[in-house]
Amino acid sequence: MDRQQVEKTALLARLKLSESEVVKFTDQLTGLLDYVAILNEIDTDDVEPMAHAVEVSNVLRDDEPVASLARDDALSNAPKTDGVYFLVPPILTEG
Amino acid sequence: MSIVGSTTEELLGQLASGDVSCVELTSAYLDQIAARDPEVQAFLRYDRDDALRQAERIDAKRQSGQPLGKLAGLPVAVKDNMCTKGQPTTCASRMLEDFVPPYDAHVVTRLKEADAVLMGRANLDEFAMGSSTENSAFQVTRNPHNAEFAPGGSSGGSAAAVGAGMTPLALGSDTGGSIRQPASFCGVVGMKPTYGRVSRYGLVAFASSLDQIGPLAGDVTGTARLLEVIAGHDARDSTCVDLPVPEYTQSLNEPLSGLTIGIAAEHFAEGLDPEVESTVRSALDVYTSLGATVKEISLPHSRYAVATYYVVAPCEASSNLARYDGVHYGFRAESFENMIDMYATTRGEGFGDEVKRRIMVGTYALSAGYYDAYYLKALKVRRLIREDFDRAFADVDVIASPVTPTPAFKIGSLVDDPLAMYLQDLYTLSANLAGIPGISIPAGTSSGGLPIGLQLLAPAFEEERLLRAARMFEQESE
Repeated sequence: MDRQQVEKTALLARLKLSESEVVKFTDQLTGLLDYVAILNEIDTDDVEPMAHAVEVSNVLRDDEPVASLARDDALSNAPKTDGVYFLVPPILTEG
Repeated sequence: MSIVGSTTEELLGQLASGDVSCVELTSAYLDQIAARDPEVQAFLRYDRDDALRQAERIDAKRQSGQPLGKLAGLPVAVKDNMCTKGQPTTCASRMLEDFVPPYDAHVVTRLKEADAVLMGRANLDEFAMGSSTENSAFQVTRNPHNAEFAPGGSSGGSAAAVGAGMTPLALGSDTGGSIRQPASFCGVVGMKPTYGRVSRYGLVAFASSLDQIGPLAGDVTGTARLLEVIAGHDARDSTCVDLPVPEYTQSLNEPLSGLTIGIAAEHFAEGLDPEVESTVRSALDVYTSLGATVKEISLPHSRYAVATYYVVAPCEASSNLARYDGVHYGFRAESFENMIDMYATTRGEGFGDEVKRRIMVGTYALSAGYYDAYYLKALKVRRLIREDFDRAFADVDVIASPVTPTPAFKIGSLVDDPLAMYLQDLYTLSANLAGIPGISIPAGTSSGGLPIGLQLLAPAFEEERLLRAARMFEQESE
């Protein structure tokens, strides 16, 4: 894993990394991915992937309405709110 | 008889007979916290007055003759990644430093219904990512047996709190060994139930296909009692299985006749500390003397477990932790240039080193061009690991192994080497990948005076067998 890949991955992950973190992660992630390469020793052509330990599907609850979180509760941990909405920085600028 | 150091059954007996009130009992543990926790630092927060108020309510309930829950009057510490309504739940992260959940986790509801006293919030590695509790953003927990050593992790606060006698019971969560490894390091019993046995509703998600909440206690009986309270169906976690919960405490003292224990050569390979190996082998001798048969099995894919886990878990983590965006809850950076920069700066400042590392690994392994090579490959190997267990359990009832390759390591000794830290989980994380239950029980002490644990694994939903097998050994070593 090179520096460019680390920077691209950090962008995808929305993580601002310091210069020292970029250097450290380039080294550490390379080591980890090298280690993970031992998985290539195994032939898995005919193996079904296993995403979950208990392979249940289509678990449905009864179709009965239940109360959802009250708005004040839902907003109670928001870093910025006007009491009605979550507030975010402007995403459109006047052109 | 002193309160601190008594077993949960002894405490329940004293409470029931009226020899001790819940207030007296809770005070004794609070005093122990005041005496021990300045050094051990297992608790992120505890509130003496709140604990005593809960105790008063339980005493009043008992005096008025109302029916009492299964834990009536017993203190329980809760790992700080399980939501408690109206009280901070930080995950030991700056990101959630001020987060106050508007609801209770299912297990917290169960504890309240069982009349437990919620003692306080136990320290952990940030978002449960780590094996030493050094990744907490707030404090480093110390091993109660020797403060220079790590308590293990990520449920290090829970294990150290029980190990130091500051609470008889604690809840932890186990994604790759995070209950069993610290239990082993701190000389207590810790169990990861089958995936789906305990609802994850209100547990802050790390890796959703691997996370499972479980009990820690000073003995097997306390562990069984706490499991009995938290296990069972909850519709709010769609992976929580609707199966009846046995009364584990009722059958616990019945030995398993004709028990066959599997041991895998792969668990005794290079890198295993000789004292750990001899402790596990002596435990097997104890079982043999009780009439059990020990049989060699093979888990050929176990050497790939660490690699498989450190793809699957970070992939799930990178997806789960995408929710920390500085908008809905949690920390938001103060200065940034635009919306995207707000996300990135918030996450860069709010997350610690190990969390960032795992988000990076997961994001990379799931990104275009790498998904098949890493994530899909790991999921296929995960099935092979599970099939190894299926084959083994056709021949044996339980599998015995070390919990960790070494006894507790020194604080600071592995923090700069993530791979060496990950290899700590070598023997524990297969159970999470396969979804099966596992328990760590104290089995010996190293020449350096540190506890050494024994791990037992059983097929899915065979917690009763696991607890009875563990109890057989415990009874013999009493």
